[in-house]
Amino acid sequence: MTATTETRTSRPESAPGGPGRKRRGDRRTLAGYMFVAPFMIVFLAMFALPLVYAAYFSLFREQLVGGNVFVGLENYTRAFGDEQLWTGIGRVGLFFLIQVPIMLVAALAFALALDTGLVRLKRTTRLAIFVPYAVPGVIATLMWGFLYGPDFGPFAQLADWLGTSAPDFLGPDLMLGSLANIVFWEFTGYNMVILFAALRSVPTEIYEAAAVDGAGQWRIAWSIKIPALRAALAVCMIFSIIGAFQLFNEPQLMQSLAPTVIDAAYTPNLYAYNLAFVGQEYNYAAAVSFVLGLVILVGSYAFMFATNRRSRR
Amino acid sequence: MTSTVLKPRRQRPRRSTVLTIGMLAAAAYFLLPLFWLVVASSKTSEDLFSTFGLWFSGDFHLFENIRLTLTQDDGVFLKWLWNTLLYAVTAAGGGALLAALAGYGFSKYRFKGNRTMFMIVLGAVMVPTTALAIPTYLVFSEIGLADTPWAIILPSLVNPFGLLLMRVYVEASVPDSLLEAARIDGASEFRIFFQVVLRLLAPGFATVLLFALVHTWNNYFLPLIMLNDPELYPITVGLARWQGQAAAAGGASGDLIPLVITGSLLSIIPLVIAFLFLQRYWQSGLVAGAVKQ
Repeated sequence: MTATTETRTSRPESAPGGPGRKRRGDRRTLAGYMFVAPFMIVFLAMFALPLVYAAYFSLFREQLVGGNVFVGLENYTRAFGDEQLWTGIGRVGLFFLIQVPIMLVAALAFALALDTGLVRLKRTTRLAIFVPYAVPGVIATLMWGFLYGPDFGPFAQLADWLGTSAPDFLGPDLMLGSLANIVFWEFTGYNMVILFAALRSVPTEIYEAAAVDGAGQWRIAWSIKIPALRAALAVCMIFSIIGAFQLFNEPQLMQSLAPTVIDAAYTPNLYAYNLAFVGQEYNYAAAVSFVLGLVILVGSYAFMFATNRRSRR
Repeated sequence: MTSTVLKPRRQRPRRSTVLTIGMLAAAAYFLLPLFWLVVASSKTSEDLFSTFGLWFSGDFHLFENIRLTLTQDDGVFLKWLWNTLLYAVTAAGGGALLAALAGYGFSKYRFKGNRTMFMIVLGAVMVPTTALAIPTYLVFSEIGLADTPWAIILPSLVNPFGLLLMRVYVEASVPDSLLEAARIDGASEFRIFFQVVLRLLAPGFATVLLFALVHTWNNYFLPLIMLNDPELYPITVGLARWQGQAAAAGGASGDLIPLVITGSLLSIIPLVIAFLFLQRYWQSGLVAGAVKQ
């Protein structure tokens, strides 16, 4: 490394790769690889390899006679024609269409309300709305399960006291709504905090200028704040798509309270889980989860494509 | 780049009562189940069924419930608590460090495949948990790692969202000129990272650490499939198991229900405290993350 002295005259990093800087550039490149290597190695071992392995064995079928047999895409054709899977996908699709807009609108409303500075006890309310995020999904589901329950749930008790009966939150008609409420409770605060953080980074001068021009709080929220939140909202949206389609913990735990309502294929992830770990159908389960992954991918890209088109117009 | 610098609030003593009431109502909804949990933890199983759920009964049974929870099945709950702590701290700490290193590498160095690798990692968030967990389970049982703590810790070290946040945070808070100056002083690339960069990244690091901590603490699916030995369970799987036993036994094992409730209360306290105390960090970390997203 003798060439360093002449290349010391530092140039901004954005313009590397001049002829005299080659060796130093190499060393830097090496350092770059070294920084990302630990993450990438763990990523390859814990993420990429299992996926490749799953893709491989999703092409096989376990048979009583003859063991593992290569069947090509048979598991996938079976999955694409599997009514149980598509009922589950339809169910989480419906869940997504109802739960996510309500959650994001509520999160947006809370974030905007807190950002106006018109709310008393701002810090306390913000923390109260966020605190469910720190509660494990398992415990959230257990709590709401007790609250919904007919035995000692307060809703049932109140209804009893009033001489009527509470709606059957754990029945087939309301179950999806009851699950949606649990997810709403868990994640609204999280989305609110992300949106609130994004709002804090909008320079105040814009609001002051708008106020000078006679814009009220509603007008500022609608014409300045919401457009400024577009990127943060897109992030929240993508995570919500992924979360909704992967719904697992809540229905899996509710199963013990309402075994007749939540069947083994209630959501696609629950279906894949039951196929693999109850039915030992690992090969088919892998194919099912890849089909689900494909649905999520298509959904996310469709969303991004739609929002990009709109913003360009 | 903290919120106070970005937005010095003008004095505006005007407050809206309507908005305040609305927000307080929302806060009440979000606190209701937690309030119920505190009330329910203080009741005997008879009182749970016979008294109104949202208020205390005359008989304050909380400490007795805690004692019962901690001693049930030879004190297995404490074991679960310890396991949870072990898994969460190692996975979150290691994961945050990996994310910080890689976020810095992706942000400040140009090398072949930089963008491609980064995009692949981000795309990985879309992979359904089952698609990953099934093969991981098969591989781990093949090499004898299933039903060990490694089965939980190793997969949890990968944190794509942490990587994204770290990269954004590096771009927002580590100036190139500072790195150049350190290089001119002859510092090696790794010394620069550990002595200069990591300090600048503290709020972002705390954010990633905290969210990874929550993620591992709350993890249910992975331990559910990986672990058979109840001694290795984290709290989530353990409580779900008690709940399953209580539900399966119906009224006969009503005694387990107070334990599930009290155990739930005990296990959320540490995280709530962590969030309260680290508020300053994760909030400024998120602001920085939001600037660029």
